[in-house]
Amino acid sequence: MDFISILSIFVLACFVGYYVVWSVTPALHTPLMAVTNAISSVIIVGALIAAAAADVPGAKWLGLLGIVLASVNIFGGFAVTARMLAMYKKKEKK
Amino acid sequence: MRALTALLRRPGHRSGAALPSSAASEEKHRARIKFGVTFALVAAYFATPASASTGAPVNPWVALAYLAAGVFFILALRGLSSPATSRTGNRFGMIGMLIAVVTTLITHEVANVVEIGVAIAIGGIVGFVIARRIAMTSMPELVAAFHSLVGLAAVLVGWAAYLNPGSFGILGADGIEPVSKVEMGLGIAIGAITFSGSVIAFAKLSGRMSGSPILLPARHVINLGTLAAIVVLTALFAMAGPAETMPLIIGLTVLAFLIGFLLIIPIGGADMPVVVSMLNSYSGWAAAAMGFTLGNTAMIITGALVGSSGAILSYIMCRAMNRSFISVIAGGFGADESAGGGEAKEQRPYKQGSAEDAAFMLEQAEKVIIIPGYGMAVAQAQHALREMADVLEDKGVEVKFAIHPVAGRMPGHMNVLLAEASVDYDKVFELEDINSEFAQADVAFIIGANDVVNPAAKTDKSSPIYGMPVFDVDKAKQVFFIKRSMGGVGYAGVDNDVFYMDQTMMLLSDAKKMVEEIVKALD
Repeated sequence: MDFISILSIFVLACFVGYYVVWSVTPALHTPLMAVTNAISSVIIVGALIAAAAADVPGAKWLGLLGIVLASVNIFGGFAVTARMLAMYKKKEKK
Repeated sequence: MRALTALLRRPGHRSGAALPSSAASEEKHRARIKFGVTFALVAAYFATPASASTGAPVNPWVALAYLAAGVFFILALRGLSSPATSRTGNRFGMIGMLIAVVTTLITHEVANVVEIGVAIAIGGIVGFVIARRIAMTSMPELVAAFHSLVGLAAVLVGWAAYLNPGSFGILGADGIEPVSKVEMGLGIAIGAITFSGSVIAFAKLSGRMSGSPILLPARHVINLGTLAAIVVLTALFAMAGPAETMPLIIGLTVLAFLIGFLLIIPIGGADMPVVVSMLNSYSGWAAAAMGFTLGNTAMIITGALVGSSGAILSYIMCRAMNRSFISVIAGGFGADESAGGGEAKEQRPYKQGSAEDAAFMLEQAEKVIIIPGYGMAVAQAQHALREMADVLEDKGVEVKFAIHPVAGRMPGHMNVLLAEASVDYDKVFELEDINSEFAQADVAFIIGANDVVNPAAKTDKSSPIYGMPVFDVDKAKQVFFIKRSMGGVGYAGVDNDVFYMDQTMMLLSDAKKMVEEIVKALD
């Protein structure tokens, strides 16, 4: 993709992020941080590309290490968010 | 796998049919052709040559899949607008991630699936176990630790792209394209800053390192100099010929690690909510920079989302402390003893009470507002506190919780702890929503908070916390203040007039023990 299309996506996504994040209720700011953490690990895509290629061993090992780190974040981030969100409940009045 | 890969790589050719399937059994494949035909019209729209500039063929379905992943991430954040929709949101996030990973795997010729599978399994198990075991009070340091991993992963990916530009499709006629090198350099730099900054934040939050600021002489000069050097190195790196880039990128990486470290050590414990949000933001920008390098929409959208999310949280935190972002970043808050309560004040008289006194007064009250702070988290008093609230409610007392935006060590920290103790979230209120109610409250019950109730923020212009929005606890008929001892003051190092008010009763004890005693006395 050419630079300008990428930049357009980026700028528009910044605006989307701005409005979406302001609508997050302050009570959920900690889960917000945990889930943003998990999704920013989409960087695993880069690590996968590096690890998939066998021709440059150095890059491959860096990629594999990157996959490990990003996976910790993906699984850990989503799991801890799910754990937190499960606690936000309205109690049934007896 | 190979056949499927080849199919997907041919732009615009029936490729949609195979997209969601990684186990490419022929039968499944055929069943999906109908699905694919339906989408053919849509595909025609996306089959425009988006790859014009780099020359590498970009399959429109692949681009679409990454876009879909990005949209799922937006929905994940959108879900957090209310606790009711948040769980669905989290699931959307997982789906988005799955789409991104699967798409990458099926569109690249994977040399060794086992290696990648093992890498994901190791990371996944570690992450999952940590997520299950971590105590809710340790959430801030967990988040800091996770940020450091994103940062380091960004550095690794940046380096991998540098070492093997061919597989990332950024190889021009004369080495790596200069634009890609700028993006790569920025990605590595931001990633490295995120990593070392988060490591320091983690050490400070988990108590492995003192929370007090460490101030180097001439630190502003050193920091600005290092930042300038990083910018210069990035420019040189972009312009350098293929042979001479190696020392530049090494220098860039080392300096970026260093500046992350230098930026966070002068920032004190009380400013950690801002730091954690700021690093959250950086981890997003690092992902976005890598997304630019790879031309990957999922990464760019996510990076922008996370980046703006962290930036907004930092802004909210700064506003809640009435401090500018720059002054937080410059650091040193809480180390400067000369400000505010520096001059030795004479001992002022205060009233001390017992758990029985407090229980008696609480029972008589019609409305109680509880203000938790970091001290509650340290003492792990949230469960005892909820028990107290339950007992009071059974006796017909109205109980509400009031949370200041900077209470605790990260945004929303207190809310999570109260949720953990299964306090109904309808009873938990933000500062601006509840502050007017203190005038009608019989009891303001302060547990482990200090600066957020200090009236000096409203009246004393010389106070370091002047201008910070605080709870109007002085308007309540009776104030209970649970505090370990009279000695320590809040993180801002300011004396608090609330201690000495006529209607204040100090409950000097460990927060958890005190609340448990009150519960006992209530029965």
